[in-house]
Amino acid sequence: MRLSYPTNVRIVKLPCSGRVDIIHIMKALENGADGVYVAGCLEGDCHYQVGNLRAKKRVAYVKEILDKIGVGSDRVAMYNLSAGQGPRFAEIAREFTEIIRKLGPSPLRTAKKKAA
Amino acid sequence: MIIAKMKPIEEIIDEVKDHKKVLVAGCDGCVTVCEAGGLKEAQILASALRMYFRQAGQDAVVDEISMTRQCDHPYVDAVADTVANYDAVVSMACGAGIQFLAETYRGKPILPGVNTCFIGVTEAKGEWAERCQACGDCLLASTGGICPIARCSKRMSNGPCGGSASGKCEVSKETDCGWHLIYERLKELGQLDRFEKPMDPKDWAKSRDGGPRKIVKEVSQI
Repeated sequence: MRLSYPTNVRIVKLPCSGRVDIIHIMKALENGADGVYVAGCLEGDCHYQVGNLRAKKRVAYVKEILDKIGVGSDRVAMYNLSAGQGPRFAEIAREFTEIIRKLGPSPLRTAKKKAA
Repeated sequence: MIIAKMKPIEEIIDEVKDHKKVLVAGCDGCVTVCEAGGLKEAQILASALRMYFRQAGQDAVVDEISMTRQCDHPYVDAVADTVANYDAVVSMACGAGIQFLAETYRGKPILPGVNTCFIGVTEAKGEWAERCQACGDCLLASTGGICPIARCSKRMSNGPCGGSASGKCEVSKETDCGWHLIYERLKELGQLDRFEKPMDPKDWAKSRDGGPRKIVKEVSQI
């Protein structure tokens, strides 16, 4: 298909979105990512039954923390799509990139400069 | 085990916001099992605190460790060199562990990272429920292995009360009536005759009414 999607998206491959833990998302943000999204299979289609549903709960948990620590929950999202939805994959990458671009760089990167 | 729940993060931020070097100390005991304050939760809290400080433009160091138990001298004493490097410690152990850490490191602010709730069991993954109130005088032998002190909202020794309806407690429709459970269990065991003899008044002096408790087992002493 040779679909193009924004080059700023860095993909971390995992066997199942159920492997994504709270700390993984937190560390990505801490280490400088402006946003993190988890791309899991469609709900009800998990090969391991509930992996994507677990990921959904963990993403929600991280969002709650981010709102309380001044980073903002919008920087994290969960998307569901099947392995056969290449165009949707590229669309999500563009969509989320656009959301983050509107939010601007992570406050973790800009706070120091503002204070200076 | 002792069941705890992580404190709301804003409350923890309020405790630590004026410190420059903070250590988040998890405990590998009960709070690890009830997913409130083990190494995993300590890592998440430390990461959240680091991000909080950074977005606020504050220079602060937040690290995490975990101890085998925070309620035993050898493990608490072993982290002396580490603790010395920090301004404050957020302990994610139960109330006992937090206090033991504070007793050991007297000059250091030791702050609670969890709310300690009760002695309980894991009913299902992610679900914990109360089973024991540490009353100091176990009467489970006569109640079919179901505790009226922990399971009855009124801690009645002779129940059920008039507020029990369809096996549920009047306190909440979600709560089973402890004495209904006891009745059903004793019926299964063929011991319903226990209801014919009321239980003697309970000696609450062995519980909290007797003040803070202490046990000395001489044979275990060195």
